[in-house]
Amino acid sequence: MSCCGTGAELSMLAATDPREILLASRPIAGNLRQTDLSVPDVRCGACIHTVEKALGGLQGVNSARVNLSTKRVTIKWRADIDMPPPFIETLRNVGYDAHLFEVDSETKDATLSELIRALAVSGFAASNIMLFSVSVWSGAEPATRDLFHGLSALIALPTLLYAGRVFFRSAWQALRHGRTNMDVPISLGVSLAFGMSLYETAIHGPHAYFDASVSLLFFLLIGRTLDHMMRERARMAVKGLARLAARGALVQQADGSQTYLPVAEIKPGMTILLAAGERVPVDAMVTQGLSELDVSLVTGESVPQPAQPGAELRAGTLNLTGPLTITASAAANDSFLAEMLRMMEAAEQGRSTYRRIADRASSLYAPVVHLTALLTLIGWMFVEGDWHHAITIAVAVLIITCPCALGLAVPMVQVVAARRLFEAGIMIKDGGALERLAEVDTIVFDKTGTLTQGNPRLVDADKLDPAMLTLAGTIAAHSRHPFSRALASVALAAQPPISFDTIAEIPGCGMEAHMGGSVIRVGRPEWALNGVAGADINASSVVLSRDGKRLADFRFEDSLRTGAADSVAELKRDGFAIEVVSGDRETPVRALAASLGVAAFAGVLPGGKAEHVADLGKAGKKVLMVGDGLNDTPALMAAHASMAPASAADVGRNAADLVFLRDNLEAVPLAITVSREAQKLVRQNLALAVGYNFIAVPIAVLGYVTPLVAAIAMSGSSIVVVANALRLRGRRVSDEKRDAGAQKSIAMRMEPAE
Amino acid sequence: MTDYFYLIPIAIGLGLCGLAAFLWSLKAGQYDDLQGAAERILHQDDVPLSH
Repeated sequence: MSCCGTGAELSMLAATDPREILLASRPIAGNLRQTDLSVPDVRCGACIHTVEKALGGLQGVNSARVNLSTKRVTIKWRADIDMPPPFIETLRNVGYDAHLFEVDSETKDATLSELIRALAVSGFAASNIMLFSVSVWSGAEPATRDLFHGLSALIALPTLLYAGRVFFRSAWQALRHGRTNMDVPISLGVSLAFGMSLYETAIHGPHAYFDASVSLLFFLLIGRTLDHMMRERARMAVKGLARLAARGALVQQADGSQTYLPVAEIKPGMTILLAAGERVPVDAMVTQGLSELDVSLVTGESVPQPAQPGAELRAGTLNLTGPLTITASAAANDSFLAEMLRMMEAAEQGRSTYRRIADRASSLYAPVVHLTALLTLIGWMFVEGDWHHAITIAVAVLIITCPCALGLAVPMVQVVAARRLFEAGIMIKDGGALERLAEVDTIVFDKTGTLTQGNPRLVDADKLDPAMLTLAGTIAAHSRHPFSRALASVALAAQPPISFDTIAEIPGCGMEAHMGGSVIRVGRPEWALNGVAGADINASSVVLSRDGKRLADFRFEDSLRTGAADSVAELKRDGFAIEVVSGDRETPVRALAASLGVAAFAGVLPGGKAEHVADLGKAGKKVLMVGDGLNDTPALMAAHASMAPASAADVGRNAADLVFLRDNLEAVPLAITVSREAQKLVRQNLALAVGYNFIAVPIAVLGYVTPLVAAIAMSGSSIVVVANALRLRGRRVSDEKRDAGAQKSIAMRMEPAE
Repeated sequence: MTDYFYLIPIAIGLGLCGLAAFLWSLKAGQYDDLQGAAERILHQDDVPLSH
């Protein structure tokens, strides 16, 4: 195996329906279809080789190519075979987990390539014009100087038109809506500098600022491109996570035939066949079958809920143990998920719009700068009466104050901060989120799946008889029920497996196995045991029995997420107000909140969560919402800043400002620390930029700025700002405390739901 | 000095060639997977040229 294969350890997950792969693929030229898979475990050259070889060997596959940077594999397969080959199973067999990747845009990121092309063009122009300028500065003869100015103009004009579009467009947008942003003074400065230099060239004047206007574009485009790349990378990483909503469902038609329909085409009244391991596509009612449902992602309850005929199911819940026949009671856009989306929109409208620090700075900066230039013009006109000289000096003021450093001050810091967070497995959607995160003073946590793992863990596994544990674990390995998974993961770690004659899952009860004439059951006590004393039932969640006699008891608890206790303690110490708001029942929420020493609200409905967060916001608090469930999404939207784990529901991950990919909850304090450090550096950078202007503006106003001075001042200030931003990278996380392990679990009994 | 002005179009022309080459390689997708390209050179099987 390769260096990084995780080994296909008891993959009891549902096999992906080939029809789902077909649904997610798209036709491409040459009678082929393309499927994109996200393969997070691909890390090295050997992995590329293994994956491409395994997929390439499949019948019907035309080509398979791994992209190591994005951890994706693109498979092209022949469209004339009726079903796609089993890509995901094949990858699992060679040790890689894979999931379907949404191919929503066929084209590559158009903005990024536009930025990079603009960067390349302006870089070329800046270096060539600078070469001419150097010879002009070193005292070229007037004839040579004029020629060089002309050549510079020839290079600068197309560059401005091509590379400057990015800024002109955005400035025009802002002006049309009666606002100003950073791009307004940039566009104005660059075009005025160019216009004046053109005039100077025409009248054979000594000073032209072509170099300043083009190198300004180049510097600013560097900042813009880095900023865009950071957001794009985070977006791709989040998009590559497994999709947790159903893409389609097997519908039983009136004539008895079965068709696989996309979720959007399912109408109320349709009969859907839901296999174990599939997610409920739309709100529905059970007509046939017995099973248990994992509702943790939807309501926040951690214990699986039983489902029998007549039970109402919500879209997004996971069918665990048995096949169900269900009748759709709502179309996809009337389902629970759609309701959450509407609540999200409402919450977003209610939230006050946040203005980025750079925009706030520029709304102050631009009028001051333009007024200074105007006053300079009037002043020199008054003093000398030479309008040409006055305009030259006024434009020099605009060029020297053109916010090169200001334009780089914020994005550079945010790019470096985002990179540090990225290395810690935290994806940040944009720079504004970083600014908002730094202002947070109240943190609201969801319980299930956020503070806790959302998966049960066997209590006191080391005190149990290993033989019994192995027996129970081997049987349990055949079930998807969370308790079974927990049993199997503990038991199979140690012993060689045992073989049984038959193993069957009895939905709603447990697992039953036959071995040499005796019946072994793992499951609910009242089912597994013959005649039990009432008191004993409460003492255990799951019982292992042979022919109705008790062999062992197993208890489960929802363990805290790694680092949860430490992180909450750390945040409390730093003075944050912390609350737990959960949709789960009172008892487990209270127990958890008490053990962490924080305030708790249990049984809160999704709308209630958003309202609670909005109320806190109205009370002047800046709330950070951390949650994973569908029911948390409106609250994520309503909060000042939001974070979600990678295991969160799809909508939640898209709504959250930050997504953390690692299990450890220390991501929350780390993100806050980094954002605060970044904020400090942003302020320093802004101060540096303003300080630079305090020195440079008087020189410009007095008319001492030549193109040489402008070039030195601008590059100098940009370099200082960038260097200051890079300090953030050097700073190691001060509290690099790695006392891993120490997984604190709290006594939070998980009892079978009634 | 003016004798060497013929160097200017050469210099700009070379710069334009570099720019064109960069834009072409960008379009051809050579920057799509930098990490992958670094690894592939070590692991890809040799394909003998057909004679």
